[in-house]
Amino acid sequence: MDILVAFWDGAFGSTYAFWSATLVRATPLLLVGLAVALAFRAGILNIGAEGQLILGAIAAAAVALQLPPAPRVVMVPLMMLAGMAGGAVWAGIAALLRRRFGVLEVISTIMLNFVALAAVSWMVRGPLQEPTRVYPMSETFAAAARWPFLITGQRLHLGIVLGLLAAGALWFVLARTAVGFRIRAIGAGARAAQSAGGVEPERVAARVFLASGALAGLAGASEVGGVTWALYEGISPGHGYTAIAVALLARLDPRWVVVSAVFFGALEAGGASMQREAGVPAVAVQIVTATILLSVLAIAQWRNARRPVGAPE
Amino acid sequence: MSELALALRDIHKRFGATVALEGARCLVRPGTVHALLGENGAGKTTLMRIAFGMLHADSGTLERDGRAVRFGHERDAIAAGVGMVHQHFMLIPAFTVAENAALGGRGHLDRAATAERIRRIGASTGLAVDADARVRDLPVGAQQRAEILRALMQDARLLILDEPTAVLTPLESDELYGWMRRFTASGGTIVLITHKLREALAVADEVTVLRRGRTMLEGRADEISESALVTAIVGEGAPRAEEAPRGRSSGAAVFTLDGASWADAQGVLRLSPTTLTVRAGEILGVLGVEGAGQRELLRLLAGRLSPTAGLVVRPDRVGFIPEDRLHDAVIPDFSLTENHALAEASRLDRLVPWARHAAATSAILESYDVRTTGPAAIMATLSGGNQQRFVAGRERQRAPQALVAENPTRGLDVRATARVLDAVRDVAAQGGAAVVYSADLDEILAMTQRVVVCFGGRVTDVAPPLDPADRSPYARALLGLGA
Repeated sequence: MDILVAFWDGAFGSTYAFWSATLVRATPLLLVGLAVALAFRAGILNIGAEGQLILGAIAAAAVALQLPPAPRVVMVPLMMLAGMAGGAVWAGIAALLRRRFGVLEVISTIMLNFVALAAVSWMVRGPLQEPTRVYPMSETFAAAARWPFLITGQRLHLGIVLGLLAAGALWFVLARTAVGFRIRAIGAGARAAQSAGGVEPERVAARVFLASGALAGLAGASEVGGVTWALYEGISPGHGYTAIAVALLARLDPRWVVVSAVFFGALEAGGASMQREAGVPAVAVQIVTATILLSVLAIAQWRNARRPVGAPE
Repeated sequence: MSELALALRDIHKRFGATVALEGARCLVRPGTVHALLGENGAGKTTLMRIAFGMLHADSGTLERDGRAVRFGHERDAIAAGVGMVHQHFMLIPAFTVAENAALGGRGHLDRAATAERIRRIGASTGLAVDADARVRDLPVGAQQRAEILRALMQDARLLILDEPTAVLTPLESDELYGWMRRFTASGGTIVLITHKLREALAVADEVTVLRRGRTMLEGRADEISESALVTAIVGEGAPRAEEAPRGRSSGAAVFTLDGASWADAQGVLRLSPTTLTVRAGEILGVLGVEGAGQRELLRLLAGRLSPTAGLVVRPDRVGFIPEDRLHDAVIPDFSLTENHALAEASRLDRLVPWARHAAATSAILESYDVRTTGPAAIMATLSGGNQQRFVAGRERQRAPQALVAENPTRGLDVRATARVLDAVRDVAAQGGAAVVYSADLDEILAMTQRVVVCFGGRVTDVAPPLDPADRSPYARALLGLGA
């Protein structure tokens, strides 16, 4: 009972718990969840959101630390752009490998995740290390590079606004626009999209890959700009992997990604509190997460199997 | 031998709200070829899947060799000597024939022994297949022989063949019929699910006709007339094909190939340089055995391939009905409206006009008799005939002046076939040009003015024979024997 109380207190129990713990944790999951959902809708198995997020964080931190001082209205958008560019470049490597050499993106993106980890590790010990050269982290950002909070006294920051805007935009693009329709078409039936629709699946896929990477990179910028105000080695505790669960739980629908990101944010916040207050290892939360995900996938599979696809004639 | 090899009585089966079988009966005598006829959705495949233990009847009785049986699983049916070759083959493409044949067996896999058994059975039945060839490298006819061999290796004495000739050339079909006769002469029994009336009458000893889940007619094939069969299959008012007049049209050129050829990525010439004109008001028939170049010819005309040499002149919009509609024409998980928009996917700009596509979809459902719940229905929930009518309607609607159709009636029943062929005829009747490939010579001769035959990547114009009933010029060209 104490455990559940601790869980509830940590996730929803107070205004602080909700606005500053749950939603702050939901922010990167929302952006990366959208990145994964977008890629999966196009049939691209981008498992590399983790690495793309890290590259986005590095790029945004580099802008925050290396550029001459500038006002916040200039600095924050620059960090966003840098983060998106960083993520897109990282995804672009996998996209290029896929297009030129037919390398499966599942393999290349996972491997690039490890390269990204090594890159951030080197950055915080080399080019971007704090001036005393003692700690493996960057200097703390100047005030102009810290993203604005939305509510006084709460840690909720600009990042969630970007996430909500991105969710709305992505839903609109996929449901209503020609570009979104082509994306869904190559994901649901690449051969038919090509043969009946004249769409070139690989061209569309390459662009989607870049956009997906940009969204994940934006999450990285949002983490360093809105939460840590510095670049650390452990900048992402596996957001890129959790995001796959977020996207799948939402059945790749951008609107539901919002709900599912908040849900996973609450699980993380509650789990942290559970560990603090009730001494339950955070692994317990991961077990809960995994159980939920498996149930969702099993139910989806079961429903698919029951649908009379190609009913016998 | 008085007892029946297989008896299904008063079988009922529903899928959700859809009633598939409503008191169907099928009585199969041993040592016979028994044709099971009916429209798409009549319940033929469902009934035989029940006999094979793949599906369970809601009610009714099943007897094998006079004993009441319950097949809970395909294993039980196989143990009772029943085998089934499905319309869509159930072989693993990356496995060899021997490996596929060994699937479902127990214990460890002895490749050499399995291959040896395949060779032995192949030699004794005349169904020769290379046991060590990977299935994906085999032509369709050989894949089918592999399926039959697999069933025979499991000691099947009653074999259910679901539309076995749908993918075969006439020659391959004849070989299959020959084998069927030998198999029944040696005491085996065959249930042949088919749409082809002439095939049923020619090869079957007995016939059962299903319509809407009920048995409409049963009896000896030599005692039933073709017209009685047609009436039993489709009810009153069955459509009848008429032979089209032969001859050339003098309309304006709609399609022109000028020395156009196509080579694949490995540089292998799949279609030799071809010069060809299809004029307004004309239907060009294309014949060819598997891999003879017709696939490439049709795709050049439809604009799905660009010639590697030579010139193709064609209208900006060409309707195309590809053979493999579930992979090439529609997206099964999309709604009908989305599948309607799919044909315009690369031309669309900015927003997709969903309301317009929904309205246009409704119009197709109406005028092409597509039976479903509405434009929002998911494509995969439609039967094959309804899917094809939708595709035909969509392609006609977007490109009224030019249509290329590749085996458009494959696996369709009489009524759906008529509707799809009407769509092709409409193109020519309204001053457009149509090109049709079909594996069915009768179908081509019945509806086209002019026929070209593909053989070994070459396209030959076949002059119409003086006697319209003489089919030998086409058959000779198909087999590469020259005119």
